[in-house]
Amino acid sequence: MHLRPATLLTAILAGLILLAPVTANAATTPTPSPTASTGTPEKNPVVKGPNITVTLKDVKGGKGEPVPVPGVKLTVHKDSKTGEELGTQTTDQAGRVSIGIPGNGTYVVELDPKTLPEGVKLSGNGETTKTVQVKIAAATFVQFQIGAVVVKEASFGSKLIDASTSGLKYGLIIALAALGLSLIFGTTGLTNFAHGELITFGGIMTYMFNRGLGLPVIAAGALAVLASALFGFAQDRGMWRPLRNRGTGLIAMMIVSIGFALLLRSVFQYTFGGSTKTLSQYVAQGRSDYGPIALSDKEVAIFAISIVTLVVTCIALMRTRLGKAMRAVSDNPALSASSGMRVDGVISSVWILGTALTGLSGVLLAINQQVNFQMGFKVLLLVFAAVTLGGLGTIWGALLGSLVIGLMVEVAPVITLWGWHPVPASIKDVGALVVMILILLVRPQGLLGRAQRIG
Amino acid sequence: MDFGTVIDAAFSAALGPQAIVFALAAIGLNVHFGYTGLLNFGQAGFMAIAAFGLAVSVVTWDLSFWLGLVIALGASVLLALVLGVPTLRLRADYLAIVTIATSEILRLIFGAVEFKDTFGGSNGLTGFASTYRDLNPYNSGLDIGVVSFSVNDLWSITVGWTLVGLGCLLVWALMRSPWGRVLKSIREDEDAVRSLGKNVFAYKMQALVLGGIFGGIAGIFHILKQGSAVPTDFNTTFTFYAYAALLIGGAARVLGPVVGSIVFWFLIAGLGSFFGQATSGTDPLIPDFIMTNTQSSLIRFILLGLGLMLLMIFRPQGIFGDRREIAIDAR
Amino acid sequence: MPVELSAARKALEGVPAEPGAPKPDPIVKGSNILRTFGGLKAVDVEHIEIQRGVITALIGPNGAGKTTLFNLLTGFDEPDEGDWSFNDHTLGKVPAYKVARLGMVRTFQLTKVLSKLKVIENMRLGATGQRGEKFWSAPFKSLWSSQEDEITARADALLERFKLDAKREDFAGSLSGGQRKLLEMARALMVDPELIMLDEPMAGVNPALKQSLLGHVKSLRDEGRTVLFVEHDMDMVRDISDWVIVMAQGQIVAEGTPQSVMADQRVIDAYLGAHHDTDITEVDLAELEIEAEAELDQEGTS
Repeated sequence: MHLRPATLLTAILAGLILLAPVTANAATTPTPSPTASTGTPEKNPVVKGPNITVTLKDVKGGKGEPVPVPGVKLTVHKDSKTGEELGTQTTDQAGRVSIGIPGNGTYVVELDPKTLPEGVKLSGNGETTKTVQVKIAAATFVQFQIGAVVVKEASFGSKLIDASTSGLKYGLIIALAALGLSLIFGTTGLTNFAHGELITFGGIMTYMFNRGLGLPVIAAGALAVLASALFGFAQDRGMWRPLRNRGTGLIAMMIVSIGFALLLRSVFQYTFGGSTKTLSQYVAQGRSDYGPIALSDKEVAIFAISIVTLVVTCIALMRTRLGKAMRAVSDNPALSASSGMRVDGVISSVWILGTALTGLSGVLLAINQQVNFQMGFKVLLLVFAAVTLGGLGTIWGALLGSLVIGLMVEVAPVITLWGWHPVPASIKDVGALVVMILILLVRPQGLLGRAQRIG
Repeated sequence: MDFGTVIDAAFSAALGPQAIVFALAAIGLNVHFGYTGLLNFGQAGFMAIAAFGLAVSVVTWDLSFWLGLVIALGASVLLALVLGVPTLRLRADYLAIVTIATSEILRLIFGAVEFKDTFGGSNGLTGFASTYRDLNPYNSGLDIGVVSFSVNDLWSITVGWTLVGLGCLLVWALMRSPWGRVLKSIREDEDAVRSLGKNVFAYKMQALVLGGIFGGIAGIFHILKQGSAVPTDFNTTFTFYAYAALLIGGAARVLGPVVGSIVFWFLIAGLGSFFGQATSGTDPLIPDFIMTNTQSSLIRFILLGLGLMLLMIFRPQGIFGDRREIAIDAR
Repeated sequence: MPVELSAARKALEGVPAEPGAPKPDPIVKGSNILRTFGGLKAVDVEHIEIQRGVITALIGPNGAGKTTLFNLLTGFDEPDEGDWSFNDHTLGKVPAYKVARLGMVRTFQLTKVLSKLKVIENMRLGATGQRGEKFWSAPFKSLWSSQEDEITARADALLERFKLDAKREDFAGSLSGGQRKLLEMARALMVDPELIMLDEPMAGVNPALKQSLLGHVKSLRDEGRTVLFVEHDMDMVRDISDWVIVMAQGQIVAEGTPQSVMADQRVIDAYLGAHHDTDITEVDLAELEIEAEAELDQEGTS
């Protein structure tokens, strides 16, 4: 029962906009290529001036080097799928098309699935279009996977192993953020709705250091974690501590965090743009076999980094003075203060540690997938679910809850009951959320929370 | 810069159908959060279940519009009961997490490609609003300079503001009564109320259902005024915006959610129009390297976030509230 | 010193001074009540009876389980084992609001006045059987306004009796600690309870107000109610209680009249420990008690 992972068609799109769209307009009016029926062109030169360039590559089921896919018809529309057609080309021997565009704006790239080579068809939602935001004077690197699967259905066992592996990986990434959330909640009582944006912050910082400053992804990621820690420290000093000192209530602080989330998300979109972007390295990697499990090198790294970080953090919380102080404050802030502990200092450390962990989760998410201004917002609910499921404010609970949630998200869509999919693949988060609600009904205190008196 | 357009956009939005949707949803949140202290973060879910209750009844099941309305409101009551029974005995956070999760579950299911035949997938459903449109007595739109409405919008704002008015009347009548006194007491200290022989759980449930019905009405009105039920309209961000509207006006005030929604949409539309104009044209007021036209639409959300933070910090009682009476800054 | 025995004490005259002693006319009667937090037996009462129409004091050192017993009796907590009866109604897992409706109303160690409501609204809330508290009749004022007037009249009379009438329109949050205790007591009377349970009525009350508070508690008994209170203020226990129950480590260790209990060497040992000859102020004890009980509470709630 050997795993045969899906063949993936990876499309790398580089919309390289150079300068002055006003003058460029006339010069680069696109000339639509002949239709696909004329066969595969030898070479599609990159159009001068603003253009959208797509390279289609088959990553060979994740094994070995990606191979270009020639002969696939791609069309670029302005604004929407039904908008003005700007050009159609068929991918050349290098898997490339290059279509000129008038300037910055929104474009939709459409792939004609009928022209795909024999034996592959589109997977996922069968999505054949992608929307691209092109902005002036900024190289927009977008990777989008127009997934395609081998028509042959993989066996249930291999699908389960595959889903469990990615579920664990996802769970570990969530666990970093959940641990951060749990620590901050535990010590300050703050239900932080801006926590998703702290994840995004890690991702965007990685992108900035990587694409903006040209650093390698690993260095960029390390700097992003540092930046996150600094951001957490500044946030506590500049905002949350003064609010605590004013005696602002927890519910009011929670609403402040909702406003802060809205503010940050909009600022991210303002500066980073609305499109999804990729880092410069480790985008499409082949997978190697480890027993029945197939993992790419970056996935191995994600597993290693998250497990080591989580283990070290937990041991530190259990063993070190600061860790014990954090847990003491979390248990009883008033008592800790009266026993001479510098509660404010401990809370500062918690913010630094919590946001660093959360930033790291954003870095790993960016490496695993891509970078988007709402990447954190989209997983926030799962992080909340993980923390609640495990038991509010408990460290081990956050970890366990995250793994359960990550596994549920990935495994639930694979499960078939009497020929029926209880959780359709297109809405796989639903399974995890339903499980969380059901567990809370049976065990309101969460999996590892202490029993609570019910009035 | 054409300030006339800005003013028109601001006032039309402030009095228009979208503000009404917010007002109705926020009245519900006011019953939940403002008066009873229930943290419902899933108002969008109550809206969605009622909206799709109506749309599915009429479009998919081919039932009559009026029966569809009954089913829609019944669905939001049912949702309140299902959410309330397990969570209302627990700490406030549990209701928050369960409601927010449920509203996302509903939105995802309604938008799922697998259930396209029933719920219409991501494009949603259309073709259920003809009965509503046929009732429209107006023949032409309205344009009196400061505000302008199409003929459909004119009908919608007539229906909508009537609903808002009736809703406020009901909330006012309830909250001056001993029933309202029990709710306000629960918001402050459940145990005290329990020790005086009141069934706290039953009161919370009644409040959850009542506020859920207002959410349902908001959802129904939302899809009727635009003629389509689209799942993505009912996302969590909507609930947060509705909270923002409620808090601007002042929680635990009868007219708080209404004034809040009006102010919210006045600012959102006004700022959007202002910055949109300031960044458009060949020689924009704000140069391109500071703000592009695409970015200009984001300024209002940045300001909204900032505004919500400052409001909570410096004036948690909103425009109307009395700080001594508001429970947000307690605990 | 010959003491003129009150009717209440007379009724208790023949009761033996021993833990779990049966009373001639018990209003509360319970057996084998067990409540544990983790491994700790917070309450482990073999037998308890509370005499009707008298003032019973419940005393004991820190963490003796007095407040937990209060919580259990009033339905704010559930026992692991055991049940008890109140006026022949069997209680045990009956929710708090039903217990209150039966006529067994409590106050709290840390007062629970509703500080964002006015004093008079706090009082009105206490009244039971209000038509206006039903959802369907609430919007129609005519259905409940006459009853509301009666309730207000009763509330005003109580406010006057407790010297709070001047504060009628103030928010309860503006009251002093002692006034809050008074308001809570007055509000509990709006329920018209047969048994009123006061959890540390003297804690945090300034000395000037203590005498009048004592008078109020006595007047509750004199108008026919049963009073059970937890207190550390030994003067109060001596002055007004007719019967004293001593708890330690979750169990009832002694019972009797105030004089006999306070002379009991076991009680002195259990209650005061090694410090019985030094002058421990009530405040110290009260504070310690609050801390200990709060910790127990946390076990249960967090």
